[in-house]
Amino acid sequence: MQLKPLVRSLAVALSVLAVAGCSSTGGTQDGDAYGSQSGSTAGTGTGSGVGTSGTGQYGSTSGGGAGQQADSRIPEVRTIYFDYDRDSIKGEYESVVMAHARYLQSNPNARVTLQGHTDERGTREYNMALGERRARAVQRFLNIQGVSPSQMSVVSYGEERPAVNGQGESAYSQNRRVVFSY
Amino acid sequence: MQTLSKVWLFCALLLISSVASANLTIEITRGSDQALPIGVVPFDGGEGLPEDIAQIVQDDLERSGMFAPLARNAMFERPSQASDVQFGTWRSLDVRYLVVGRAQQTGNGYELQFELMDISGQSRMIGETVTVSGNDLRGAAHYISDQVFEAITDIRGAFSTKIAYVTAQGVGDNMQFGLYVADADGQRSQQVLTSDQPIMSPAWSPDGRKLAYVSFETERPAIYIQDVSTGQRVQATSFEGINGAPAWSPDGRKLAMSLSKDGQPDIYVLDIGSRSLDRVTQSNSIDTEPTWSPDGRSLIFTSDRSGGPQIYRTPVGGGSADRLTYTGNYNARARFSPEGDELFLIHQSGRGYQVARQELDGGRLVVISETTRDESPSVAPNGTMVIFATQQGGSGFLSAVSADGRSSFRLPAAQGEVRDPAWSPFLN
Repeated sequence: MQLKPLVRSLAVALSVLAVAGCSSTGGTQDGDAYGSQSGSTAGTGTGSGVGTSGTGQYGSTSGGGAGQQADSRIPEVRTIYFDYDRDSIKGEYESVVMAHARYLQSNPNARVTLQGHTDERGTREYNMALGERRARAVQRFLNIQGVSPSQMSVVSYGEERPAVNGQGESAYSQNRRVVFSY
Repeated sequence: MQTLSKVWLFCALLLISSVASANLTIEITRGSDQALPIGVVPFDGGEGLPEDIAQIVQDDLERSGMFAPLARNAMFERPSQASDVQFGTWRSLDVRYLVVGRAQQTGNGYELQFELMDISGQSRMIGETVTVSGNDLRGAAHYISDQVFEAITDIRGAFSTKIAYVTAQGVGDNMQFGLYVADADGQRSQQVLTSDQPIMSPAWSPDGRKLAYVSFETERPAIYIQDVSTGQRVQATSFEGINGAPAWSPDGRKLAMSLSKDGQPDIYVLDIGSRSLDRVTQSNSIDTEPTWSPDGRSLIFTSDRSGGPQIYRTPVGGGSADRLTYTGNYNARARFSPEGDELFLIHQSGRGYQVARQELDGGRLVVISETTRDESPSVAPNGTMVIFATQQGGSGFLSAVSADGRSSFRLPAAQGEVRDPAWSPFLN
């Protein structure tokens, strides 16, 4: 029952987004990374939405984010968000996934469960499959970065565990997510 | 056997029997203009009984959408047997049929007598004495509804059936889920399972004694089969990845399901007795939400192999899949009519996600619900109604619509969200 860390990571993720949304000058490197991307949420995620899109593009984005010493701690941002009906990792979240990749490579005994979620629209079992696609997209990304498959597992919750209740894009966009659960 | 006994123990911890706290109430939302006017006279001797028999019968008939019951306060005569019925009186009230009856307590229960009168034909259609052991007056009333319904419509009544459904409260990591079984009118709900992890996709065995469902109680999805009356259950599958959408074969020996253990979710068939598993589809797309044709020879399922989700049919033994739906970009979670000639499914229309009906052989698709956030259609065993989950005003509840779309009702819960309804087969 890792409820508390999950809640905390979600809160952190939301606050980071809020900071980015206010275009605060922020303090941390992660915050800067978000700040530079704020306001550009539309227009990302133009991939085909299915499977293998854009792996080369991911490979080219290296560096950025926390330095070596931070790799001993689980990255604080543990939730990334997706566009409607898409499983491609948006550019603004690549640094988050990279940070997890570095952490997992630096800590071979660490295990992460990638929890895939969708918004509530559409049928429940079909959404289970869409949630799994998102989690597997992250798994593939991590694998390409050199993370061992044995460190990762995937579980889809579909639309069953919304982060936020309610209808409308503001709720939906917070529910289309993959959570890194350690 | 060791794992089995562990399962039983787990079960004992999880199950809380007969907590009747999630009853659903009925609100008729749309009445058919073709409904038949009927009077259901309060039963003589029924005043002191714990249940109002005539009211239950009247509500059943009204809910079907095929009957428009006469209000009680319009009845200025209250006959209790055929010989007392003044046909002229009821004709003047524009009533076409009349149900009359009597109730009396016996040593170990009750005895109910009812008669159905054809007012325009001035004749007695049926009559019966119903013996009730214990206090199952509601069950007896639903039985009377079934007899009346069939005598008039020639369609078997489905008022003595049950529905299974899932409740959910809370958000994110702090949620409670429940699996319930209730009478088809939402009353007498009984908790089957409760969990702080998701419960999904309950499916009745063809004999109406067991439920298969998906539970995340081990923090990942697994399919369980549970005996509804004893609570005994077994874990049917727990493969890596998705274990979803269980669907019983018509003979009750197999479960079709969606598994992603070999990559993208595909359709598999599990032989429950031998535990052997056959793969039915092999695609690089999502294949899920299978259901069996009534003859047990083919499976239909949702697949996004053409882009968005559409309905496909494939022989159970495997083979090529035929696409069945072409209207719009989103058709999913189809269920057969009992005769197997029509599908009820979720269709994304210009308004939202709605319940639609499509004739299997190239017929056009017709939206039959009025709500726009619909999910999980499940067809009554007599094919007259489709129950489904929907949302309005931020709350999730069950709703039902007649197969022709003419009438509908909703079953809101006192609290939390209700979803994933499954209408039982005939139980008697």
